Amino acid sequence: MSGDATRDYRRFLSRSSFIEMTARERAHAIVDAGSYRELLGPFDRIKSPWLPLQDIVAQSDDGVVLARGTLDGQPALVAAIESAYQGGSIGEVSGAKIAGALELALGDCQRGRPIWPVLLLETGGVRLQEANLGLAAIAEIHAAIIALRRLVPVVGVIAGAVGCFGGMSMAAALCSRLIVTRQARLGMNGPEVIEQEAGVAELDASDRALIWRLIGGEQRHAVGLADDLVEDDAAAIAVAVRDAFARGSPPVERSAQVERLAARLACIDPERPPDAGSLRLLWNEGAPR
Amino acid sequence: MERIEIDYPARQPVVRRVHVGVVGSGDLEVLLEPSPDQRAHVVITTSVEGYGVIWRHVLDRFFQHFEGMASIEINDFGATPGMVLLRLEQAAEGLRD
Repeated sequence: MSGDATRDYRRFLSRSSFIEMTARERAHAIVDAGSYRELLGPFDRIKSPWLPLQDIVAQSDDGVVLARGTLDGQPALVAAIESAYQGGSIGEVSGAKIAGALELALGDCQRGRPIWPVLLLETGGVRLQEANLGLAAIAEIHAAIIALRRLVPVVGVIAGAVGCFGGMSMAAALCSRLIVTRQARLGMNGPEVIEQEAGVAELDASDRALIWRLIGGEQRHAVGLADDLVEDDAAAIAVAVRDAFARGSPPVERSAQVERLAARLACIDPERPPDAGSLRLLWNEGAPR
Repeated sequence: MERIEIDYPARQPVVRRVHVGVVGSGDLEVLLEPSPDQRAHVVITTSVEGYGVIWRHVLDRFFQHFEGMASIEINDFGATPGMVLLRLEQAAEGLRD
């Protein structure tokens, strides 16, 4: 092996995949060592009352891990979604856990005790079995993010491999800072849903290269819909989260830049949709990111 | 979905709680905590019906060497017997750590 190849190989081996971690492991990996304290953990058995009625086995934490801890000594709240359980879907309980935790963090921030909120988003969006209750909870999450980000940056992470879709993609878009990996995906409707609703001629959900060119982390970062593109490495992501708080909130939150975003939409001709490369040119040319 | 309850005799006190696994495809979640009495109690909720005999075989094997007075809740999403045994061993290991 050449020197470069050996170096790359060593660097690769030294990484610890964040994608392969469970939600609980991810939350542990983000906060300062020894500071992790879980809220409403599995033994509290706050689980979905709706799934067993539909003959589906419920998980004891409803797929959301809430952890208090510190980031470089600063009090923090981490909400991590477990993608292996029901696709990371947001039900009444899991959504209420996130919304309630963010609202408590907001109360603390308002009383002059800043809590740094971190969302580890790995979710297909609302849990269809809990439909309206899940959607209501997602709306509460949105409202809490908007209220919180006036006082403290709200940092989101999408690592993959599920990505972040549906109502929770809006939660990602509302974050002050969004961190993604190349394996991440971010979009309103997932590729399978688009293919099912509009046909394979519209989008071939099995074409992974195409899907990642359109909604993958690298593309979302290149067109300014995500702030940081990092390796799938727990240590790198933990550093990126701390950096995001150190940089603070942007002068104008991305989702509040309505005119700029509307102008971006206006320059797209739906009859001739741009490919990934031309979208980067279209949106980045002359327009501030 | 099926619920299965099996009790075993036990000798060793259990003083902590251990949680392992995820209710994901081919996996399961195990919640192990001190039992309210001198026995071990296992409550299984599984997405796959009709495998009560297999569950008993797997648990019989585990309780050949596990003697903890534990309440064990298992939430299963189609794990194979091997996977079930590995998760139980992982939970038992968590008691020793």
